Amino acid sequence: MEFAELIKTPRADNVVLHRPFYLAVEGTLCLTGHHLIFSSRRQDNAEELWLLHSNIDSIEKRFVGSLGTIIIKCKDLRIIQLDIPGMEECLNIASSIEALSTLDSVTLMYPFFYRPMFEIVEDGWRSFLPDQEFELLSSVTDEWRLSCINKEFSVCPSYPPVVVVPKSIDDEALRKVAMFRYGSRFPVLSYYHKKNGMVMMRSSQPLTGTNGRRCKEDEKLINATLRPGKRGYIIDTRSLNVAQQARAKGGGFEQEAHYPQWRRIHKCIERFNILQESLIKLVEACNDQSHNMDRWLSKLEASNWLTHIKEILTAACLAAQCIDREGASVLVHGTEGTDSTLQVTSLAQIILDPRCRTIRGFESLVVREWLQAGHPFQQRCAQSAYSNSKQKWEAPVFLLFLDCVWQILRQFPCSFEFNEQFLIMLFEHAYASQFGTFLGNNENERSKLKLPQKTMSLWSWVNRSEELSKFQNPLFEANSLVIWPSVAPQSLQLWEGVFLRWNRPSKFLDEAHEEMINIIKYNKELQAKVNALRRQLAEMETDDRMQENL
Amino acid sequence: FHTLFMLQVENVKLLDRYTNRKAANGTLYLTATHLIYVDASAEVRKETWILHHHIATVEKLPLTTAGYPLLIHCKNFHVAHFVIGQERDCHEVYTSLLKLSQPVKPEELYAFSYNPKMSKENREIGWKLIDLKVDYQRMGIPNNYWEITDVNKDYEVCNTYPPEIVVPRAANKAVVVGSSRFRSRGRIPVLSYLYKGNNAAICRCSQPLSGFSARCLEDEQMLQAIREANPGSPFMYVVDTRPKLNAMANRAAGKGYENEDNYDNIRFKFIGIENIHVMRNSLQKLLEVCEMKSPSMSDFLTGLENSGWLRHIKAVMDAGVFLAKAVKDEKASVLVHCSDGWDRTAQVCSLASLLLDPFYRTFKGFMVLIEKEWIAMGHKFSHRCGHLDGDPKEVSPVFTQFVECVWQLMQQFPCTFEFNERFLLEIHDHVYSCQFGNFLGTCHKEREDLKICEKTHSLWPFLLQKKQELRNPLYRGFTAYKELQPNTLPFSFQFWCGMYNRFDKGMHPKQCVLDHLLSCMSQKMKLEDNASELENKLPFLDGPLPSEACSLSKVGCAASKTPMLNTPQDYEGEPPPVLSNGTSAGDIDVTSDVDQKYKENLSHHRDLHDLNDAIDVLDSEAKDGKPQHH
Repeated sequence: MEFAELIKTPRADNVVLHRPFYLAVEGTLCLTGHHLIFSSRRQDNAEELWLLHSNIDSIEKRFVGSLGTIIIKCKDLRIIQLDIPGMEECLNIASSIEALSTLDSVTLMYPFFYRPMFEIVEDGWRSFLPDQEFELLSSVTDEWRLSCINKEFSVCPSYPPVVVVPKSIDDEALRKVAMFRYGSRFPVLSYYHKKNGMVMMRSSQPLTGTNGRRCKEDEKLINATLRPGKRGYIIDTRSLNVAQQARAKGGGFEQEAHYPQWRRIHKCIERFNILQESLIKLVEACNDQSHNMDRWLSKLEASNWLTHIKEILTAACLAAQCIDREGASVLVHGTEGTDSTLQVTSLAQIILDPRCRTIRGFESLVVREWLQAGHPFQQRCAQSAYSNSKQKWEAPVFLLFLDCVWQILRQFPCSFEFNEQFLIMLFEHAYASQFGTFLGNNENERSKLKLPQKTMSLWSWVNRSEELSKFQNPLFEANSLVIWPSVAPQSLQLWEGVFLRWNRPSKFLDEAHEEMINIIKYNKELQAKVNALRRQLAEMETDDRMQENL
Repeated sequence: FHTLFMLQVENVKLLDRYTNRKAANGTLYLTATHLIYVDASAEVRKETWILHHHIATVEKLPLTTAGYPLLIHCKNFHVAHFVIGQERDCHEVYTSLLKLSQPVKPEELYAFSYNPKMSKENREIGWKLIDLKVDYQRMGIPNNYWEITDVNKDYEVCNTYPPEIVVPRAANKAVVVGSSRFRSRGRIPVLSYLYKGNNAAICRCSQPLSGFSARCLEDEQMLQAIREANPGSPFMYVVDTRPKLNAMANRAAGKGYENEDNYDNIRFKFIGIENIHVMRNSLQKLLEVCEMKSPSMSDFLTGLENSGWLRHIKAVMDAGVFLAKAVKDEKASVLVHCSDGWDRTAQVCSLASLLLDPFYRTFKGFMVLIEKEWIAMGHKFSHRCGHLDGDPKEVSPVFTQFVECVWQLMQQFPCTFEFNERFLLEIHDHVYSCQFGNFLGTCHKEREDLKICEKTHSLWPFLLQKKQELRNPLYRGFTAYKELQPNTLPFSFQFWCGMYNRFDKGMHPKQCVLDHLLSCMSQKMKLEDNASELENKLPFLDGPLPSEACSLSKVGCAASKTPMLNTPQDYEGEPPPVLSNGTSAGDIDVTSDVDQKYKENLSHHRDLHDLNDAIDVLDSEAKDGKPQHH
């Protein structure tokens, strides 16, 4: 298919662009296969807006006489308005945008066409390989092994080709366990806590069904992670009720009788359309321009967004607490093990592991616990807060995770190497990107699409010093401790950087950030100067002494 | 030492309402001024001090297995939950506290016994630190249109106004006196702030005694004089900060609001800020929400909404913004009143000044603003804060709301205030503490009768001494920002956890950016000293510094900070640390042989710095505002 077929009017003049807090600008609008480009014609202050079609969540059109107006709502939550003279032009442009922003074939997406304008220092597709991760693990314990059982994605389609499992469990047993777990997602290692050797594993629900099926290999596998005489915790991310109902559909949960060494805790984290609706309601509340405090608070409450944040964080803290404080191993799962499970395991690692609070470590965490772990990004991020489709699989699971990280970052502003912008950037790229990183729903799909060969990795771009400097937190001071966030409602806030980003001017907050960077930078330079002077003085003194001695 | 204690009770537990951790066990002491709890179970001696004046309520709760609980609510939102072993002890503490926390006579207030060992001269100088005349001069007053008059020197015009007030030159004594008879409690229109840029003024007064039809020629002349003092504008605003319904109801009592037909060229407007009773109840509800034990997000947000607190904060802010816009954008003068003109009017006028004039966003300026719009103009601190045993219906968090509005502005404009959140909290504490004379009584005359300048100390010099910890490191200076135009959409207002849950440390960020930046500021001073000292020792040095120096500096920095302690809490766990700062402030690694010398230099340097900023004659004993006994 040629994009040109979809673009009946590739260019329109005298278009007026409206954005909140900016003066309206007149200019030319161009449509390309992947971008909507607006360029103001003013010579003195030329301005360009490039918008990826894939960033467009929904569009609305209105007409007053022959003047058409298109309102574009983006997945990054911004709303822009274009006034386009000429009914036909406007209709053409609207229908092109509609078509181009909802292409159904992945291979037509921009990452397959994007040619980077920067020098590739490091191929991001090879930055975080499982073998490297495993090497780190083997240096502290020999109880685990890399299994290639899923080499051809034949055992579990949503798992990566290699996974980490207890050394004592062979591939044959794994195959049996896979049969006993939903989507074949058998328990694998998620995190090893060096401090006390406790581990966190993740999986999907066991297929116990109504007649209480059991699987000896499954029991053996997870028991293999326990220290003699120690108990472990199973954190089920569903309420007991939901977990019980799952039995009717063949799913279920670990029965006490068959897992006597494990204590099961149910933590209710919502799923799918409930989360999607929550996002829609929250963004709707944030865009409400009425000056009514009660209405705002009641809409904020009714969106339940912060409730979800609190629930997810609480479950993650609990998992971390079991590992660090109780000295117990943990298994986390919900139903599929691709959503709430990953929220919990990845947040627990941020709490426990200082490495995950560095830029590189966090990227590695996203790769391990989200991309390789098979979070279906393409489905979940197909639409954002302005979607009207009632597809069941869209959900802001990853955004909730990022929001939780932001909440922890806010409470521990000196413990993270990255800043809020880094999290916002990940949010944007998860929903629309020139990079292939978040395409596909799992490693299997990514390998079929040949993404590493045909597209550029987000990490190749981010991990260059030019980009990294934007994402560095000036307050960062490496902190090797476990960080325990507060989950009291008073401690959790609306993530303004994402949800109010387009609804208020940020000038004064940006200036504050700038000021902060300057203060810290100046001190560092000063310290460097003092050190240099001191060294020079010392050298001079040694010289003097030597001369005296001569 | 122990003879100071009026009462000493052993085996007292202090519960932490936020965590489920094991209660502390220790000894409770009562002194003439404080309740002191010493935690014996802690490894490090830990003391909790509660000023008797800060105690709002003391409740005995039903007996528990642990003993007899005593719940103390403080006016600075500290909540202390003690459990006492013996009923007799509990009752004794209870009755003692009831008496101690509700003094009957003003002379019993802490300020009259507080003795920071400061010389008489210094104390007097302290009281002269803030001179309102200087502020009027700053506005260019007296000028052709405005004058400072002593018409009220014997409090004959208005006994709740100060002796000197600013009125239009065109308003002669007959107009002033005539107008005062037509204004509730004689609180005539006087100038609050003159915007030098365009001569528009903010004036304030109480409601007119208009009833359904009464009018007063002098009052009409007074408003005309105010309007004509701003020749650039053909009209002036008269803003009634009450809800229209309240104002109308007042007409039946012979009070009310201005009839637009009787005054030339006024634009009359209601801004519905609720009265002191609504505000008191709203705060009560808010505090109940803050005190809920492990509330869900929904509980909290619904409670926050139902309290109406942020709605009221927004109403005050909206009114302040309206005034500032009228003055700056419409170039029109504004006359503001509510009923008596000492609550809502004070909030709104001071907020508008803060928005219009960067001076009021400095340490000194903020003190001037409070002295001018609140203390001098007769905000009844004594009644609103319940300093003495009195009518509980007179108590209302009017000043607290103003302080919160300032905090909300700080959130939106982080670089525009010279001071930080802690400065606001200090002031808020001392409005209730009665440790200093500034906020005693209800008006200028009463403070004169109490002889506060002779018998008590002023708060401001004490705060200036603490300037280093109360400053805002992000402040960009006096000239960086002029007028502020805050966003008042509802989402721009945040719940102020640092105020209403201030003593629940577990809820606050575990690392504090403010502390970090403050320590940067002090580190900067050290380093600058170091650098210049070293440069002096290297007389032959010239040319650029070696570039590899950068890597060295990082090592120095990384080693300098001790990581903070932190433990899990809400989801189950152990006590949070008592550290108020995430990072340890000030202990910077400047390791070298000459270090000690520099430290000495530094302390010298810092003292000078402080003293230059405050008053250089204050005795060093008075350095911190901590209670001192005699």
